[in-house]
Amino acid sequence: MENLLVAENIYKRFGNFTALNNVSINIPQESIFGLLGPNGAGKTTLLRIINQITMPDEGKVYLGGRPLHPDDIAHIGYLPEERGLYKSMKVGEQALYLARLKGLTRAEAKERLQFWFKRLEIEGWWDKKIQELSKGMAQKVQFVITVLHRPKLLIFDEPFSGFDPVNANLIKDEILQLKEEGATILFSTHRMESVEELCEYIALIHKSNKLLDGKVSDIKKAYKSNTFEVGLDAVDEPTLKRELEDRFQVGSANYKSIQNDLKLTIKLKDNESSNDLIQFLLTRARINHFVEVIPSVNDIFIKTVTQNA
Amino acid sequence: MRNLRLIINREYLARVKNKTFIVMTFLSPLIFVGMILLIAYLSMLNSTEQKIIGIYDESGMFATEFKDGEQVQYLDFSKKPLEKARQEVLDNEYYGLIHISDIEPGLGKPADIEFFGKDTPGFGTIENIEKTISDKLTREQLIAKGIDVSEIDKARADVNVQIQNFSGERSSKMSNYIKMFFGGAAGYLLMMFIIIYGNMVMRSVIEEKTNRIIEIIVSSVKPFQLLLGKILGTSLAGMTQFSVWVILGTVLLWGISSFLGIDPYAAQSPASAAIESAARPEINQLVIDILKLPYASLLVFFVIYFLGGYFLYSAIYAAIGAAVDSETDTQQFMFPIILPLILGIYVGFFSVVENPHGTVSTIFSIIPFTSPIVMLMRIPFGVPWWEITASIIVLIATNFGILWLSAKIYRVGILMYGKKPSYKELYKWLKY
Repeated sequence: MENLLVAENIYKRFGNFTALNNVSINIPQESIFGLLGPNGAGKTTLLRIINQITMPDEGKVYLGGRPLHPDDIAHIGYLPEERGLYKSMKVGEQALYLARLKGLTRAEAKERLQFWFKRLEIEGWWDKKIQELSKGMAQKVQFVITVLHRPKLLIFDEPFSGFDPVNANLIKDEILQLKEEGATILFSTHRMESVEELCEYIALIHKSNKLLDGKVSDIKKAYKSNTFEVGLDAVDEPTLKRELEDRFQVGSANYKSIQNDLKLTIKLKDNESSNDLIQFLLTRARINHFVEVIPSVNDIFIKTVTQNA
Repeated sequence: MRNLRLIINREYLARVKNKTFIVMTFLSPLIFVGMILLIAYLSMLNSTEQKIIGIYDESGMFATEFKDGEQVQYLDFSKKPLEKARQEVLDNEYYGLIHISDIEPGLGKPADIEFFGKDTPGFGTIENIEKTISDKLTREQLIAKGIDVSEIDKARADVNVQIQNFSGERSSKMSNYIKMFFGGAAGYLLMMFIIIYGNMVMRSVIEEKTNRIIEIIVSSVKPFQLLLGKILGTSLAGMTQFSVWVILGTVLLWGISSFLGIDPYAAQSPASAAIESAARPEINQLVIDILKLPYASLLVFFVIYFLGGYFLYSAIYAAIGAAVDSETDTQQFMFPIILPLILGIYVGFFSVVENPHGTVSTIFSIIPFTSPIVMLMRIPFGVPWWEITASIIVLIATNFGILWLSAKIYRVGILMYGKKPSYKELYKWLKY
């Protein structure tokens, strides 16, 4: 698939501090891309570079195959992590102002705002001041402002922080809907559930370096260790366990079940498959639970980060 | 350009729609006029109060010399014993009692002249008493020497220097004071404007930073555009306020002059001015002098120097706003800003008044950080064109330099949170 955004060998330094050290990412067209990393890893700096808020010291950014140009602002929608609105300005007024700064005409902006306000059921807020709204309410307005000019690339930095579960879900659905309509989405977060749920691609940045990137399924394949989680019902559990331990690398497992099973994780050798394990187990016990252990993004995240610490 | 216009528009409306701004704009001229009227009223009250002073003159020479005036009335107690006179003055709560002892033959004047009073008498009162007695004594001594006093009176000549510039425009000593007053007022007003509007810019930068809206905005526009738009929008608000004040001021001036029955245009022609001055010389001359000030150029240069000075200082204010996280952090940077402004005011009040075209005044009216104030104070006295041009050019050039520097600090500062700013830190930002 063609890449919408390519960042090549980006370096950024602030005095003696290197914020980004030779970071490259490729974001495929119409995908949801997760940019992961602990706090202070350099995610926000990279996003600012893509938004042309700061310039990289070295490296290039391409949008749709061409080097990034100041006019590309109109094709990017950015919801920063540090976001806010004018406290003493009315919601409608400042939404109009910010939309017009993105290049919309007044009439266009007004029409689209009315559409979005209706859709998110916030029509009544037009004449309210931000100081009268709660934080979550203000976030909704900011979301609308981010997507209003129908950008090709949407960048969300921690989009769900500050939302209650209902509204977080609402926003998540809107993001998926926007993707359906052809937008490409770049996420920056350290909330792994949302990554697991939404992202097809991820890149992991830690201490200014990119440690990992690619398709989530490929990364998981690369990180799985041929390990299986089993729940067994046997007459003589201690003997079975001993037999298994002689043959495989065995650990304990903990999952929820209604049976009082022997719960184990069993790691196979590289040349063995699940069938070998099943064959071994078939004659010795009843198999109530059998599942391959696939590392979660969270596991991969923690593993990679601690490895490189 | 389109975005710059949008930003200017928003900034302007944000300032102008502010309630405090509206109240200050319309209320300050009224408060100002009200204060003047109050002072005038109070001093009138003061002067209508009549003092009664008793005289106990042993020599019998001076009692008749004290003439009753609007503010003082003299009562002669010389016929009564001194103790009784004192008691009477005390009982009636008169202002005081003057006791003049008899003339000492050898000295040729009274040995003692005393004033008894409840409170210490005012300077004017004492001076008047001394002058009356001394005049009388002088006359008596001249007469004693056989000199005809009436000849001296006749020979006394009043001199009044007529000040006039080379193009033949007349002015009076009074008009110098008026120029000083208006120049000083304009300079002072300018300083206040710079501080008030510079602070507005700073607060608006801090607001955007603490609101965290800044990052949303700079993802749409360049920080420099935002900075420029903010400064320009706020300056328009300043011009709006100033225009309202000028219009209100003109209306009030017209009101006062027509209330006093002086036609400001008629006053321009010497003949009618002469007639008018004959009727009410002092007030009239004052009004004429005020009306004859070079308003047009004062106004034009006020606008030019306000814009120049304001851009210069507000660029610095904006950089400071960007560097800090809250208004309380700005203290350490305020002093270096206020210092040149105050220096300008001091130079204006001490040096310009003394010698409007002296070296000190000239130099400070070229230095861009003080020139708006000092030059404005000099302008009523007439400044050569080349000096004004030079000072404006220097001011504009400095503006570009400062704007460039502060834009660099601004660009870094608005996205920097939680860093305690120091001068060293700011210097580092210049190089990012």
